[in-house]
Amino acid sequence: MGYPVAIIGTGQTYHCSRRQDVSIPEMIREAVDRALANAGLSNRDVDAVIIGNMEHFEGINLSDLWPVEGSGAFGKPGMKVATGGCTGSSLAIAAYYVVASGLYNRVMAVGWEMLSASAGETTTGIVTAFDPIYERSTLAGAISALAIVACEYVEKYKIPLEQAALAMVKARANAARNPHAHLRKPVTVEEVLASPMLSYPIRLLDMCPTSDGACAVIFATEEGARKSAGRPAWVQAVASCHNHTYLGDTFSGSVTYKNTLQEAARLAYKQAGITRPQAEIDVAEIYSPCTYAELQWLEDLGFCGPGEGGRFVESGATEIGGKIPVNPSGGVMCTNPIGATGLIRVAEAAIQIRGEGGDRQAPGVRTAMATGFGGSFWNEILILSSQR
Amino acid sequence: MPEKTREEQLTVSANSALPYRYSAGQYGSRFLEALKNKKILASRCGACDLVLVPPRIICARCFKKMEEFVELPPTGVLTSYTQVTLPFIDPFTGEPRPIPYCYGMIKFDGADNTFQFFLEETDIRKIHIGLRLRAVFQEKREGNIRDILFFRTEKSKRMSKRTSKSKA
Repeated sequence: MGYPVAIIGTGQTYHCSRRQDVSIPEMIREAVDRALANAGLSNRDVDAVIIGNMEHFEGINLSDLWPVEGSGAFGKPGMKVATGGCTGSSLAIAAYYVVASGLYNRVMAVGWEMLSASAGETTTGIVTAFDPIYERSTLAGAISALAIVACEYVEKYKIPLEQAALAMVKARANAARNPHAHLRKPVTVEEVLASPMLSYPIRLLDMCPTSDGACAVIFATEEGARKSAGRPAWVQAVASCHNHTYLGDTFSGSVTYKNTLQEAARLAYKQAGITRPQAEIDVAEIYSPCTYAELQWLEDLGFCGPGEGGRFVESGATEIGGKIPVNPSGGVMCTNPIGATGLIRVAEAAIQIRGEGGDRQAPGVRTAMATGFGGSFWNEILILSSQR
Repeated sequence: MPEKTREEQLTVSANSALPYRYSAGQYGSRFLEALKNKKILASRCGACDLVLVPPRIICARCFKKMEEFVELPPTGVLTSYTQVTLPFIDPFTGEPRPIPYCYGMIKFDGADNTFQFFLEETDIRKIHIGLRLRAVFQEKREGNIRDILFFRTEKSKRMSKRTSKSKA
C-alpha cells in the first residue's frame, strides 16, 4: 500500500453544448482556478499535473501541450492520460498513484473536452476508437454499442421501458439542483418515451448529451493536505478493469469475465473492506451514459439484485434522500464533456464528502463512490471516505 | 447559478481528409483471404482450447500463442442486436452512413466469442435474441470484411412462435 491520499480541492467549468466564449486553454483555466480556490492554494503549491482528453474530438494530438498555460503545468511534470471515456477516472487514478508513491505532495488531475470542436460528429470520433479491420463498418459509436448491451438486458429481464425512463427523470430533476449541470430542464416519462429512436432500444432522451467543459481535482498526501481549505476526502480504493480489444469478445461473447463493472466493484470493495455496498456506500456518482446502463449498473455494483435495477429506481431508493442516492449531480446523462466526465464523477463524490453539495447535497455522507466507463466497456471505480 | 455564455466569438473550421491504411496482420490477412473463398477462419488455443473469430495470435484468455486455424460453418446464433437510426458520418467514407440498418452479435457455431456484423433483416420486429443466422457472401470478393454481405435469418420453427411487439 502507498501513502494515504486525499482530495483537497475540486473545480468545474460552466458546461454547455458549445463553449464558443472560450478557447481550449481558457476553458481549462476556468476549472483549474476554481479547484485552486476550493483548496485555498495557488499553482505554485501543485507539484505535478496529470491531464487528459479524448483527442480525436478536437483533432489535436499534443493534448498535453495545448492546455499548459491553463493547467499551470509549465516547467513541471505534466503527463497525459487518454483512455477514451475512462479518461477522467483514469486521470484520478493516475494522480492517486503518483501521490500514493510519496514522490509528490500535491498533484492536480485535469480532464477536458471541447466536444463542439468535432462539429456535431461525436459518433464518428467514437467509431474511430474501434478496430478498423472487423468492427468499424457496423458500429455506430457509443450509442449502438450501448444499445447492443441494453437489448440483451431488456430482453433477458423484460424491463418495462417506463422504468428506464425514470432514470432520466431522476437525473434531470437532480441536474436542476446542480449549477454546473448542462441539461437542467426536467423531463417526464412520457417525453422520454416519445423522443426519437437513435438505436433500438435507446431513444434520444435515454442518452447522455455532448458537452464542452473541464474539471480539475487536487490530490495530496497527508502533509500536502494540511495547508488546504475544507475537509479532505480520503481515497479508500481504486480499481481499473480493462476489457478485451474487440466488442465481439465482450459480454455474451466474453471468454473471461463477462462484466468489468462487477469485477472492478469486487476489487474496490475488497480494498475498502466493504461487504454490504448498499448499506455502506452513502452516495454514488456512476458514469451511466444511458438509462438502461444505469439500471444494469445498480445491479452490477451490488446495490440491488439482478434484474431489479428498474424497480430499485422506481422505489425512489436512488434519489437524493433515498437509500443510496445515485448521481445527485444529474450525472453523465445531463453533462458529458467526455475527457472530463469521469473526473467530474470523482469531483462530485468528493464534494459530497466535503459537504459542499448545496442543493444537491445528500445527507450524512461518509463514504462515496465514483465510477468511470469507456472503451470497449471497461470500468473504473474510486471509493472516497471522510475517514483517513 | 450558471454563468451566461458571453457573446459568440469567432471560430476557425478545418475540413481536412486524413487518409489511413491499417495492417490486418498475419492472422487477419489469412482470415480475409479465406473470406474470398467463402470460408470463416478462427484460431484455436492449444493450451486452453478457446476458439476465437476473427483469428488472432494471442489467446485472449491465457495469453499463449494460438497456432491452430479452424474453419467454422457460416452459421450461428444471434446474441444481441440493434437497429441504427441515428445519422452520422462514416469515418471510412467521409459520407453519411446509410440508415436505418440492423446489426448484431453473432456466435458462430463452434466459436467461443461473438462476431459483430450486419443483418439482412431490416424489420426489427422480426429480430430477436436466439435467431439462427447464416452468412451470405458478396458475389465479388476482395479480401475485406465486407466480403460478407450480411447474415440471413434461417427459416425455423422457433421463429413462428414469435409474437410481434412494438419496437419502433
